[in-house]
Amino acid sequence: MSETTHRGGWVIIMTILLSLILTIMPLPEVISQWRPEWTALVLIYWALALPDRVGVGIAWCVGILQDVLQVTVLGAHGLAFALIVYLTVQLYQRLRLVPIWQQMITVFILLLINRMLLLWIRGVMGDGDVGWQFWAPAVTSTLIWPLVFLTLRAVRRRFRVQ
Amino acid sequence: MDLFEPGRQALSALVHPVRIIASTPATLTARLDENLASRRALIAENQRLKDRQQMFEARLQRFDSLEVENIRLRRLLDSSYEIERPVLIAELIRIDLDPFSHLIEIGKGSRHGVYIGQPVIDERGILGQVDQVGPLSSTIRLISDPSHATPVQVNRNGLRGIAVGTGAIDQLTIQSLPGNADIQVGDLIVASGLGGRFPSGYPVGKVQRISHEAGQPFLTIELTPLAALDRVRQVLLIGDESDE
Repeated sequence: MSETTHRGGWVIIMTILLSLILTIMPLPEVISQWRPEWTALVLIYWALALPDRVGVGIAWCVGILQDVLQVTVLGAHGLAFALIVYLTVQLYQRLRLVPIWQQMITVFILLLINRMLLLWIRGVMGDGDVGWQFWAPAVTSTLIWPLVFLTLRAVRRRFRVQ
Repeated sequence: MDLFEPGRQALSALVHPVRIIASTPATLTARLDENLASRRALIAENQRLKDRQQMFEARLQRFDSLEVENIRLRRLLDSSYEIERPVLIAELIRIDLDPFSHLIEIGKGSRHGVYIGQPVIDERGILGQVDQVGPLSSTIRLISDPSHATPVQVNRNGLRGIAVGTGAIDQLTIQSLPGNADIQVGDLIVASGLGGRFPSGYPVGKVQRISHEAGQPFLTIELTPLAALDRVRQVLLIGDESDE
């Protein structure tokens, strides 16, 4: 642990910023409900790859930023992201070993937990009813996970982020 | 909520560049559209706008004399007349917010004098009100949001009601009018000014459908909002007269 030096922090920051941009990038209304949860995916990847660098604290901060950008209740995404990143950090040793399609199952469950927390918070705040579309991002995010995983792994290796 | 407000505002300013970057592609394509518009289309649009301008000015001539007459009549009745309020124009920031509520983001904030609860209109009618304010941008809750209610009246006879958002971008509903209320399909619904938030007289919507289920005490009235809620690009913020 003392041997490895941390480097490439700016790469992590850039990928997170990019995911935030993709999260609020305007899309046609039909597709926008299926928009993958880019920030959650990127956070899960970094927690999986470098659990000693990206943890609950960073997830919380990124979630707060997303709350400000999306005008959701302050802390809603913060709490949800902190929880799924905590779970990822707990599970990373197992997750790294399994093939991608098995990772997808875990990621799907993590994202469902994420959505469920957000739904609860909406309920507590008395926001209006949402239909089944509320769960759509979990599905698309899971389907896009292999792409995110492989891209970010290539990025991590290219820039030797440690 | 107020406890976190300063922090939220600071963060809002901090992430403003993210908003700008995210909105760039959409803004650029819109600008490209304008640049690539053919000469003929531009001339046609120019002509159309000139015609409209002329029509409006003709109507305004009558409006001026009517306004003076109205003030005089109201003075006779000892009631106040609302003076014209200052208006601030703001551009929409083209980003997607939480898809499950009806919010839009505009590029003017507390630095430009925007305040929470400020009424927002477009050139056709009421859009909504300012929900959250940051230093450089603010969020508007549209009248179609399920948590938004607008005090309204029927323009024809002054019958009052409350128009509530349904969650569909092209529909509002009035639920509290009794079965014998004098309201017809096609009636213009305007803001009543009660509640003190929306200035009275601004159009809200047109009655599209009225249904009365047997056994129900109230009518179900569906309105179509007049403001272009889903495709607005510029909004007008109505200022407080006490400000200036």
